[in-house]
Amino acid sequence: MDRTLNKGLNDDLVRPLFNTSVWFYAVVLAAGTVVACGAAAWSYQLWNGIGVSGKRWPTFWALYLTNFVFWIGISHAGTLISAILRLVNAGWRRPVTRCAEVITVFALMIGAMFPIIHLGRPWLAFWLFPYPNQRELWPNFRSPLAWDFFAINTYLTGSVLFLFLPMIPDFALVRDRSTGWRRRVYGALSLGWRGTTKQWNRLETAMQIMAVAILPVAVSVHTIVSFDFSMATVPMWHSTIFGPYFVAGAIFSGIAALIIAMAALRKALRLERYLLPLHFENLGKLLLLMSILWAYFVFNERLTVWYGNEPHEMAVFWATQRGTYAPLYWTMVVCNFVVPFIILANPRTRTIPGCVIASFGVVIGMWLERFLIIVPSLTHKQLPYSWGTYWPTPVELYIMAATFAAMVLLYALFAKFVPIIAIWELKAGDFVHAPDAGVGAADPHRLDAGASSPARPGAAS
Amino acid sequence: MAYRWGMVVDLDKCTGCEACMTACHAENNIASVAPEQAARGRAMHWIRVERYYEGDFPDVRVKFRPVLCQQCDNAPCEAVCPTYASHQNEDGLNAQVYNRCIGTRYCANACPYNVRFFNFFNPEWPKPLHLQLNPDVSVREVGIMEKCTFCVQRIKAAKTAAKAENRGIVDGSLQPACAQACPTTALVFGDLNDPESRVARLSRSPRGTKLLEDLGAEPKITYLQRQPWYEPHTF
Repeated sequence: MDRTLNKGLNDDLVRPLFNTSVWFYAVVLAAGTVVACGAAAWSYQLWNGIGVSGKRWPTFWALYLTNFVFWIGISHAGTLISAILRLVNAGWRRPVTRCAEVITVFALMIGAMFPIIHLGRPWLAFWLFPYPNQRELWPNFRSPLAWDFFAINTYLTGSVLFLFLPMIPDFALVRDRSTGWRRRVYGALSLGWRGTTKQWNRLETAMQIMAVAILPVAVSVHTIVSFDFSMATVPMWHSTIFGPYFVAGAIFSGIAALIIAMAALRKALRLERYLLPLHFENLGKLLLLMSILWAYFVFNERLTVWYGNEPHEMAVFWATQRGTYAPLYWTMVVCNFVVPFIILANPRTRTIPGCVIASFGVVIGMWLERFLIIVPSLTHKQLPYSWGTYWPTPVELYIMAATFAAMVLLYALFAKFVPIIAIWELKAGDFVHAPDAGVGAADPHRLDAGASSPARPGAAS
Repeated sequence: MAYRWGMVVDLDKCTGCEACMTACHAENNIASVAPEQAARGRAMHWIRVERYYEGDFPDVRVKFRPVLCQQCDNAPCEAVCPTYASHQNEDGLNAQVYNRCIGTRYCANACPYNVRFFNFFNPEWPKPLHLQLNPDVSVREVGIMEKCTFCVQRIKAAKTAAKAENRGIVDGSLQPACAQACPTTALVFGDLNDPESRVARLSRSPRGTKLLEDLGAEPKITYLQRQPWYEPHTF
């Protein structure tokens, strides 16, 4: 790879940091307004109590916890996918990893808000911390909610590290190309990166360790989220399949979110030369695989319940299958399986627009799945006298809309201040940016000291 | 010997008059929510009388079943509380520490009997009910769970009085408000650790069943009912 190509890469990918289009302000303003509305709605709820939401006896968990599970699911986009692709050394991953890792961090931050929004007394949420106190009170380590607390914090810490480590050389690149306050800020963020062989080796080792360490954390975090439900003897919750079912669903929705984010970035930041149809094609295949896996899990879950014919569970089963929740249920099946399968199984429709349409279907479908896991079970518990219903209120809907806007806002801001494509990784893999040339066959992932790769990125730009 | 409070509910005696509910509201400072909030599922009844209808009109039979906290030995609500607000106390009661509750509402989901209630708003009472609050019972603020305590304030008072006289609590001298108000004595309260107490004898009755016994929560409330609970001619 020659110098001019390097320079072209740098120019292309650092440009969004220095040139701001009017669209950036438009997006920030629009998303910011929605987030502000959501913040106002939450303040209103804090002032008045959870009663302003639609929750009721016996539907004590509803939209907030739906969004919690949904966003934690979306967070599996990044770290998990990027870690797997790193470990199997898939060359095509290079322009994709950072887009994915950012989704993880932001989706986790948003998702972790919901258990707090949902608390009756959110100002006491710190009681979940095992902090030393005069009365020697501890959180209850038998509670799945306490497990959740630790799992999510571990995952968030790991994901932030996993995101930050490979950003260091790119921060150094921006530092070297900027002046004034930018130089100072990016200088601090690049942690004294000079691009020495020793530094590269350390970074590579750290990335390998993180990629291995983050996988069990990612799997465990959504398994523990599923334990919030499966540990309780609530009909259709108390199921052994929930752990893998939730993890599969999480990866499924995560890939869909990633495809949507990549398509948006591709248009907005003019990254057509980097995010190629090939990337969408490959992620589309992964999405197809997860769609089939999801259908398999649903089939297993539903068949065992139906065949077991246990009265308490059948009440929930029929409520979703052909009762009150049937419209939502069948929409979910169409969105999560029928639409993605038809679009993605056919190579001719597995194009960028095709993948994006399928992904929107999956995001909607997976949100419905989370809702359909939580609400029908709670409204159809064992005693028929206590059966209930649920309808969301505007406060809940504002807060929910605000979280989607918050994702857009955070993503736009991130892409404004950090190169959204890992520049050094792109250079490290013989990335040829001609769409028809395919992606490099030789892909030495480990940049060993003294390797023959001519491009020793970062330092010299 | 420690006490182990339990109750027997005789379904063959229950007339569904709901005096227990009223007494419970008065004794335990349970907030009365406005009608439109009650319609939205925010009503709190630590004891409720469930109605079930059997048969088709005109051959309809109504069954009443008072349901209150079953004070389970193996309570599903306790393990899931992340702050120990819900825990088993030394008398085997499922105690709820209001000050420790942060309102995750997980206990209410885990409870198969749906006998735990959430304060969706700060409590209020229509005048002049605000003047008759029980000074022995704390008023619960917005955002926390509450439930039947077996009138723990009465239990405490009885234990203190008994201790002062250096004796145990005499069977029958202590009653929660619901049992006291029941005109047909369908509700019987007492110490299950005393094999000769009325509640212990009744709970050994062949008419006795536990609610949702197969879930393994080990409730301390026994329901008495004539067996079978359906029409004889179906045999």
